[in-house]
Amino acid sequence: MAMRELAVAVRERDGAAIIDLQGDVNAAGEAALQGGYAQAVRDGPESVVLNFAGADYINSTGIALIVGLLAQARAHDVQMTACGLSDHYREIFEITRLADFMTIADSEDGAVSGAERGDDA
Amino acid sequence: MAALTRPFRRRLRRRDREAASSAVQRPPAAEAPVEQAPVEIAPNDPLLAYLQSASGAVDIEALELDSPALGELKAAGVKLAVPLVSQGELIGVLNLGPRLSEQDYSSDDRKLLDNLAAQAAPALRVGQLVREQEAEAATRQRFEQELEVARLIQQNFLPKELPELPGWQVAAYYRPAREVGGDFYDVIPLPDGRVGFVVGDVTDKGVPAALVMSATRSVLRASAQRLIEPGEVLERVNEHLCPDMPEKMFVTCLYGVLDPETGHLRFANAGHDLPYVKTADGVVELRARGMPLGLMPGMSYEEKEATLEPGESVLLHSDGVVEAHDPERDMFGFPRLKQTVGEVPGGQALIDRVLADLDAFTGPGAEQEDDITMVTLQRSAGGSVLVAELPGDERVASDPGSNGRVLAEFELASEPGNEREAMKRVEGAVADLGLEAARLDRLKTAVAEATMNAMEHGNEYRPDRPVSIRVLESLGSLRVQISDRGGAGEVAPAEAPDLEAKLEGRQKPRGWGLFLIEKMVDEARVTSGGEGHTLELVMRLEGGGDGDA
Repeated sequence: MAMRELAVAVRERDGAAIIDLQGDVNAAGEAALQGGYAQAVRDGPESVVLNFAGADYINSTGIALIVGLLAQARAHDVQMTACGLSDHYREIFEITRLADFMTIADSEDGAVSGAERGDDA
Repeated sequence: MAALTRPFRRRLRRRDREAASSAVQRPPAAEAPVEQAPVEIAPNDPLLAYLQSASGAVDIEALELDSPALGELKAAGVKLAVPLVSQGELIGVLNLGPRLSEQDYSSDDRKLLDNLAAQAAPALRVGQLVREQEAEAATRQRFEQELEVARLIQQNFLPKELPELPGWQVAAYYRPAREVGGDFYDVIPLPDGRVGFVVGDVTDKGVPAALVMSATRSVLRASAQRLIEPGEVLERVNEHLCPDMPEKMFVTCLYGVLDPETGHLRFANAGHDLPYVKTADGVVELRARGMPLGLMPGMSYEEKEATLEPGESVLLHSDGVVEAHDPERDMFGFPRLKQTVGEVPGGQALIDRVLADLDAFTGPGAEQEDDITMVTLQRSAGGSVLVAELPGDERVASDPGSNGRVLAEFELASEPGNEREAMKRVEGAVADLGLEAARLDRLKTAVAEATMNAMEHGNEYRPDRPVSIRVLESLGSLRVQISDRGGAGEVAPAEAPDLEAKLEGRQKPRGWGLFLIEKMVDEARVTSGGEGHTLELVMRLEGGGDGDA
């Protein structure tokens, strides 16, 4: 079974830069993810949204990449939001406390409109 | 007989006053102390045979032979020749001019000379032998030094390590003969993700072959980066080599370009031994026409294609394998090699098997005649992941101590991404146990992380170290045992990940694996023993709570 290499696309919606993640979120996706983030913050958006709807596998090396992005976002005062996570990965974001440092939205709409917390588990 | 071809030296020394007093009877050349040019005695000169069989000193003036050397001796004023014979072999001649008293040599003189010759001959022989041996030792030392240089050049230009190709096992072997030949191999990563494979052989041995080998390799590497088609690459290399190639030297070379994703192989051959491919239908040769490199410019090289399906392998080899001889001087030959390729799946195992076959064939202690080089590429079976699976009926028997039921047992190659295969297979193995979806997701994540740990930290992603996974059900629990082969050394305790520290750069971003595993399952324990470590993941099947430890 081959890995599904991470593909990253960036789009703008209502002042937020949305990074769509497609494929496996793991160490192999580092370059793609970093490239996407750099593109997303280039025009100084209000917030950056990581959309995990197309990512069905996130492992510990992928978590490490997200930690790295989050550290950059915090350093530049960019708000970061995640959406499209399955229940399982939402749980992992909570266990790792990523959910304490970034907003986890139920949907892309929620992520863009108000950064309200979808679920305070 | 070597001594016979050496020039015989004759020295005539005279004192001035004698030269003055007896000038009439002296040859004109003997006026001063002189060292005359040596008289060469040709190997076929009858004088040699005469001296060898003479019983003592020979009166040169009285001797009549059709011999150029005899004439020269007479002209030089030699009166008496005393053969120096050791063990029946003529090793020198003592030539004497006229007596200082101008009288003829008496029979006492002759007896004295014969005695002298009898004692001088063995001493001279010993001296000659010592000198010969010293010369031989010097030659041998020069030869050894040259071999060492050749070996160094050779080893410097062979790849230090082979690239990791996910889904492939790549193995290579090179063993120089004592008199180093010009074998080489190379693995060249190409810009588009494909990989070039080279096996070549320079005619001749020693330093000249090693130098041509290094030149060939460099030109090939450079051309491979710029040109994609293997035929064009060989064409280019040939053009580069031709002008400077020493006479009677050439290079045979096979160059193939593999797409690791598809198994597609494009190759061209400059007169090298044909590679063998082990397929499901038997062993086939990869044929493509082309002249060896460096013979003549303007050559073109036929290009062929093949596809290596999962489980198939290819062997590239040098003629040191098939041209090895047994004690009866029979050659190992292509049929034997072909048969071996058909019997072994590939990879390092194939190389080991060929070497074992060769050793058995040539016999114990046989000196290797030529360099031996092999490169194998094996495409992993079953979509690049599966290494081995035990037959079903061995599974239950294989866990005698636990009263457990073995649901699955398999091995995975240590290749990035194979943790997903582990997840899939464990999911399949536990499908009948009715694990609720959330708990199944947690188990899968724990299995993936544990498999990654084993592949990376235990097995260091080495192709010869697979990960073994066993899924058991016993006493109301599901147990997944994941074993590496990294040896039984201590596992360094992992630092507990602290997100705030990571966000502030005080901890590295990574280091979540074990933490996640422990959070995902009811119990996780590490045991060591035998070949490495085993991480056992336990999920309780009834009343197991929510797993949120």
